[in-house]
Amino acid sequence: MSSAPALQLAGRVTIGGTAIFGPLSLEVPAGRWTCLLGPSGVGKSTLLRLFASLGDKVDFEGTFGASDGVSLAGRVALMAQSDLLMPWLDVTANVTLGARLRGTQQPRERALDILARVGLADHGTKRPDALSGGQRQRVALARTLMEDRPVILLDEPFSALDAQTRARMQDLSAELLAGRTVLHVTHDAAEAARLGETVLLMTREGITPVESPPASVPRPYDAAETLAFQGQLLRQLMETV
Amino acid sequence: MKRVLHFASVALLGMLVWQAVVTFAELPRFILPGPMLVFSTLWTSRMLIAEHAVVTITEVLIGLGLGATLGFASAILLVASPLARTLLRPMLVFSQAIPVFALAPMLTLWLGYGLWSKVAMALLIIYFPVTSAFFDALMRTPVAWVELARVMNATPARILWCVRVPAAMPGFASGLRLAAVYAPIGAIIGEWVGASRGLGYLMLLANGRAKIDLMFAALIVLAVLTLVLHALVDAVCRRIWGG
Repeated sequence: MSSAPALQLAGRVTIGGTAIFGPLSLEVPAGRWTCLLGPSGVGKSTLLRLFASLGDKVDFEGTFGASDGVSLAGRVALMAQSDLLMPWLDVTANVTLGARLRGTQQPRERALDILARVGLADHGTKRPDALSGGQRQRVALARTLMEDRPVILLDEPFSALDAQTRARMQDLSAELLAGRTVLHVTHDAAEAARLGETVLLMTREGITPVESPPASVPRPYDAAETLAFQGQLLRQLMETV
Repeated sequence: MKRVLHFASVALLGMLVWQAVVTFAELPRFILPGPMLVFSTLWTSRMLIAEHAVVTITEVLIGLGLGATLGFASAILLVASPLARTLLRPMLVFSQAIPVFALAPMLTLWLGYGLWSKVAMALLIIYFPVTSAFFDALMRTPVAWVELARVMNATPARILWCVRVPAAMPGFASGLRLAAVYAPIGAIIGEWVGASRGLGYLMLLANGRAKIDLMFAALIVLAVLTLVLHALVDAVCRRIWGG
């Protein structure tokens, strides 16, 4: 993995003349976990998709890219709300999907190693439909790690999980993705309070940084400081919309 | 097991009604023979029927194999190339406006009285359903999968082969299931127009000689063969692609 760049964006997005967001500017610091928190429909996912080079359906005016000036293509991994596992491939093949898609050799040993790190060492030969929702999302995390990209884009990857599984996935992801530039789109104040080293509040008015507590992430879900931060984030959300 | 029992009881009921109509309406056997007579003919002429059935089965299987292969390849070509889509799709739809049955005499003229004119007929009749079912499924790949693949730097060709084709296989399977039912129709039409062997030929021959019992016997064998073929294709598709 090359060293993780910061991400920058300044501009506005329209679809067929209708404003989606902006003009606004965004700074995602290098090698840190940034939560982009906001209600549904303010264009969080649209913004995230620009960095994944998936913005071809929207009109973007402005500039965006990595701080080092190098193209982001091939340096980004994406994890979405749906696990996007291919039902016809077993778990190991799903984890090595990127290599299969690029037609390069599939590094099986590394895949098994990563599966062990997400706690699925014994599930490599199973089909996705034999796994629980939490296990499937862990396979998606393993697939993301397998890509070994410096920039990780997370589009509400834990929102479909139950509270307990979600908390475990947050811990695991924070541990395994540490050191990379993570841009995590979420509408859940509790999640942003636990994971955000930087928390950016996105509303129709634009993006506002929120000062986060000094404790390192993942912050304990039951610590007074985390809960107070969660309350503060929710209050700010309520006030702006 | 329950399905077999259900099917058997419906078949039995049908035959009872059939026999009752023949008995009470006092229909002569050259108009409508009863099921008893048909099954006794089926048994006494079993070697004759089997001989012709083998011919028809061969035509159907070759037609099915070729039609499925050609349909698979065409759908991929249509998806991969916008040019092919613009040129070929209207032609495909237009070809469906021609009744395939009307082509049978020409196929016999071009390909002769033997096996290949019937294979061609079966192929023509299944080509469109297979192509269309597979093509539609290929065009409906979940967008999120394709986007994930794009973020992973996959070329369009790799995305087609590693994501869209496997994702569309259930659609191909529905095309195949339809094809399994249509292919025998094609072979029989081919045999009616000109043949010296096969179940369709046998039926026409029996009809011409007022051997309606033999005609019905051949018809029943044909129907059973079609059902078995459909069940086999269905079982194979389920085993490979599930659902």
